[in-house]
Amino acid sequence: MAATTSTVLDRAPEPRARGFWRRLRAGEEIAYLIALSAATLVLLIVGLLVYQLWISSTLSIHAFGFSFLTGSTWDPNAGQFGALPFIYGTCVTSALALLIAVPLGVGASIFLAELAPPNASNVMTFLIELLAAVPSVIYGLLGIFVLVPLIHTYLAPFLTATFGFLPLFQGTFYGVSFLSAGIILSIMVAPFIISVSREVLYAVPTDQREAALALGATKWEATWDIVIPNARTGIMGSIFLALARALGETMAVTMVIGNTPAISASLYSPGYSIAAVIANEFTEATGNLYLSSLIFLGLVLFGLTIVINAVARILILVTQQKGAA
Amino acid sequence: MSRMNMEISLRRRVTNIVMLSITGLFTLLTITILFCILGYLLYHGIGSLSWSFFTNLPKPTGEAGGGMANAIVGSGKILLIATVLGVPVGFLAGVYLSEYSGRTFAFVVRYVTDLLNGVPSIVIGIFAYAMVVKPMHRFSTLAGGIALGIMMIPIAVRTTEEFLRAVPNSLREASLALGATKATTIFTVVAPAAIQGLVSGMMLNLARVAGETAPLLFTALGNMFWSRGWSQPSASLPVMIYQYAISPYEDYHQQAWAAGFVLLALVLSINVTARLVISGRGATARR
Repeated sequence: MAATTSTVLDRAPEPRARGFWRRLRAGEEIAYLIALSAATLVLLIVGLLVYQLWISSTLSIHAFGFSFLTGSTWDPNAGQFGALPFIYGTCVTSALALLIAVPLGVGASIFLAELAPPNASNVMTFLIELLAAVPSVIYGLLGIFVLVPLIHTYLAPFLTATFGFLPLFQGTFYGVSFLSAGIILSIMVAPFIISVSREVLYAVPTDQREAALALGATKWEATWDIVIPNARTGIMGSIFLALARALGETMAVTMVIGNTPAISASLYSPGYSIAAVIANEFTEATGNLYLSSLIFLGLVLFGLTIVINAVARILILVTQQKGAA
Repeated sequence: MSRMNMEISLRRRVTNIVMLSITGLFTLLTITILFCILGYLLYHGIGSLSWSFFTNLPKPTGEAGGGMANAIVGSGKILLIATVLGVPVGFLAGVYLSEYSGRTFAFVVRYVTDLLNGVPSIVIGIFAYAMVVKPMHRFSTLAGGIALGIMMIPIAVRTTEEFLRAVPNSLREASLALGATKATTIFTVVAPAAIQGLVSGMMLNLARVAGETAPLLFTALGNMFWSRGWSQPSASLPVMIYQYAISPYEDYHQQAWAAGFVLLALVLSINVTARLVISGRGATARR
């Protein structure tokens, strides 16, 4: 320690012209350059990622162009590749996941931010965030052996009996289906909605609540009519974040969706998602066009999640700045 | 007049109670799911767990005493590569953002980092395939490690930046006032002051990628035997769980439960420890 101090003091009165080389030798400039290059490397990796996805899918892009997205035939043997069944599956399962996770997540975040005592709220949020740390393959495992049988014995008969007149719930339920995938996904994305929404609700100034309560509103009215509208943008942000997760989720969906490239109105029928088809067929893809089409699917998924993530971040940023102002 | 205002109609009171109870119920439901997951894995996992699980190679279905020793070691090797690659890059980029950055470039780096964080893991797998597997003409431990390493970078960057920013400026000023250079200040004063948070953050990061399956499917692939060296396909716990779970054999399912239990125990214990350390540190700082 003493030695370092003395050398530093010795160096201090050096003329400026030689300062750069001195500092370089002392590691000063090198440290800066290393940090800068690490930051640049991050940009480089993302650039390379986009470039690789694009280059590797050009074959398929040239062969099919826009019709890749609208074609509904996926027949590797015939060299026919249309992505519609996968896009449909991804959208249906994600939509179903949000349909369940949004009320659940927003409701729970209201409870945690507005009702629960701070300490209890912190403990419960801690537990809920652990739910987000559970690896997706474990959700898949539980999906196959626990959730699907449960849906098969209890939920599906109930849905058929109650809503059987809707095309959504017609046909036979075999287990693996859009419904199972959507439910598993909803469990997986709800923690994200809860923890982000709770933060957003906390950011709403307390005087808003107090003003509403002072005017005679009930707790629920103050929350629903005053606090929620204030936090609406941020909650939307958390939902978009959850949507991006749901779209890109691979393992759990692959294990319960059934892996059949079919478009069906019934939630009971097996389907396929973009991520699942890549996971299943990538190593088996024979021929360049097949592989290139799978990577094209990856590019589509990448584009979709990037856009939705960007929207989510903007929405959350806007609310946080509004809360800070 | 005042009495009229005090009266809250029955409908409003009922709505109040019903809706608030529903939010509580939803919270309870979400937490119950966590305990169901833990309970199921504990129940099925412990039962199928045995010593041979940790020491033996997988055996063909029907033969007793198979284990996942190769998958455990494989996961360890893959995570080692991921950490060695992802943590330094992320840490240094975080140092840049927190200590050196100008405005515009920092904004770009931060934005792109978040973007990388949002990329679906299967797409990272494709990237690692194109960058490593294709040129090497083989699936390898290395490729799996690189895929997970890339996934570790964004969280490493943001954790480092966040925890370094939390270090009070007076510490930096004191160090600079004593004549230390900026680099010396960062690496001997600022970073050590944040070390607890940094280590916990990196552990959380590691726990997150430890359960990743999708990026390994076509990088490290899988292996029923020991993987020799770093350039051979390697088994890993998550991929093993996946393959065993979708197989039609009952004894493979048992193994999948055991592996799931081990993986979850690992991930959750790291999570709990790291989060407690971080929150304990936050509490003392506020005091």
